[in-house]
Amino acid sequence: MKIPENLMYAKTDEWVKVEGNVATIGVSDYAQQQLSDIVFVEVNASAGDEVKKDAVFGTLESVKAAADVILPISGKVIEVNEDLSNTPEVVNSDPYGAAWLIKLEMSSPAELSGLLDAKAYTKFCEERSH
Amino acid sequence: MTEPTIYELSSIGRVGVLFPEPDVPLAEFPRDLLREDLPLPELAEVDVARHFTNLSTKNYSIDKGFYPLGSCTMKYNPKINEEMARLPGFAMTHPLQPADTVQGNLALMYQMQEFLKEISGFAGMSLEPSAGAQGEFTGVSIIRAYHQSRGDIKRKKILIPDSAHGTNPATSSMNGFEVVGVPSDARGNVDLEQLRKVCDDTVAGLMLTNPNTLGLFDENVVEVIKIVHQAGGLVYGDGANLNALLGIVRPGDLGFDIMHINLHKTFSTPHGGGGPGSGPVGVTRALVDFLPTPVVAITEPATEELPPLYGFVRPAHSIGRVKAFWGQFGMIVRAFTYIRMHGPDGLRKVSEYAVLNANYLMHILKDTYTLPYDRTCMHEFVIQGSWADAPGVRALDIAKRLMDYDFHPPTNYFPLIVHEALMIEPTETESKQTLDSFVDAMLKIAQEAHTNPELLHDAPHNTPVGRLDEVKAAKDLVLCCWIPESEDKLL
Repeated sequence: MKIPENLMYAKTDEWVKVEGNVATIGVSDYAQQQLSDIVFVEVNASAGDEVKKDAVFGTLESVKAAADVILPISGKVIEVNEDLSNTPEVVNSDPYGAAWLIKLEMSSPAELSGLLDAKAYTKFCEERSH
Repeated sequence: MTEPTIYELSSIGRVGVLFPEPDVPLAEFPRDLLREDLPLPELAEVDVARHFTNLSTKNYSIDKGFYPLGSCTMKYNPKINEEMARLPGFAMTHPLQPADTVQGNLALMYQMQEFLKEISGFAGMSLEPSAGAQGEFTGVSIIRAYHQSRGDIKRKKILIPDSAHGTNPATSSMNGFEVVGVPSDARGNVDLEQLRKVCDDTVAGLMLTNPNTLGLFDENVVEVIKIVHQAGGLVYGDGANLNALLGIVRPGDLGFDIMHINLHKTFSTPHGGGGPGSGPVGVTRALVDFLPTPVVAITEPATEELPPLYGFVRPAHSIGRVKAFWGQFGMIVRAFTYIRMHGPDGLRKVSEYAVLNANYLMHILKDTYTLPYDRTCMHEFVIQGSWADAPGVRALDIAKRLMDYDFHPPTNYFPLIVHEALMIEPTETESKQTLDSFVDAMLKIAQEAHTNPELLHDAPHNTPVGRLDEVKAAKDLVLCCWIPESEDKLL
């Protein structure tokens, strides 16, 4: 299971990559492994929307289950990854790269302090595996 | 699978019936109704009989073997139910017949409402909803109507524990409510502290499955209901697991406000391809006026000479109709038969044996399979279908391998709070011999998972078709096999 050092993680299994004031958000390798083969991706937001931390902003559906994707931080939507609706399997093959879900201009960067670093998230995943 | 489709078996001009020459003048068939492009198969009767008999032998059903599909209560469907439903007085009536010509049917429906009220502890009962999920929809519509009738319109949330049935959040959403999850505690009960935190005057109600999907009776159920009531909310009971409670505890007595009952689970009417379902809804006295219309009532009491007259009535503040006509009448006859065949003591035995059978299986299997919530279970239990020392073997592989041993797989990957969940519900209708042979298969599969995991990955091996491509099935939807040429041009 990959948990890149340069990202931050939410306990609901989303990752956040911070570049300046822009946050890119996706779901972790752990999340995609738990869900197994993803067959449907839906993101309920569009560029320009003001979105709030903890809101459900999308759904991932696999052969096993459907899971909500929750915003780990608040901000204004810059871009949504439209390609995933045609290629949902990318969430399985490249969760930290091509399968990013949404890019935000952060409105309260202080919220980042509530997220886990790679080390803490690794421990959190291990605890849940058993 | 070697059986061809009925279209492949077709041969031009072959027929099942030869009609004699008519002895009356032939009428011209309306030309605009004639179609050249409708490829109906042409076969002899014997080919049709063999085709469908062959297909039926490839199917798995409760009449063929053990079907421990957790949460679905796949109990045996007694044949006498079918016999009663086929009595001409029931089978040959039409839903549009005047009520005074179907008094027997109405008397049965009235008596069924009374039976279900007695069994569940509710004051009112509607037989209208056509299955469990529609019963839920009906119940949550009643919750909304109740709050609205009091002018209490700020209640926008429905609380749903994470051990609830998967249909509960969907039901709440369909009714326009916001779904708020409530976690379970370490014993698998609703976490009371978390529940208190989310209970306020915006909560319309809580949907509680009890026993829950872990097969556990919530030890704090009375307290859970009290907390929601104190916040002004109502408590909906998902009655899908009623098979554990018959004659032992009545949900109405525990404080539930509304509950649906699955006749096709608890009361032995066919489902899982053999339906339709039927999901009557019971309510407390405060809510009887909101029930869907119509309910069956005595419209003229009995006299010394005459029996009572039964009729359909509309509850005063009814949420309206939820189904055309009068519910799944054929299923009501079957479930009524089941209740009469068992009687009160027999129904209690049903639940006692259902719980005993589940605990028997759980106690044997827990030495080999991880049991995350190790408590006396009710009518079902959840184990983990994975081992640290058998990497790569998952619950799905175990489920598929069970098919090779001629068992229907248990429910898998639900509830979501158990990693690699296998939810097993044996029901009361299985003998110790059947349960023991299921245990043998489960133990053998656990061994295979460690010694020969490929056997599980490639399973099933002995079925008409092997492992299906579930990803392809979910992604490449083929919703129509044939489009008439004329329609094709329109597309």
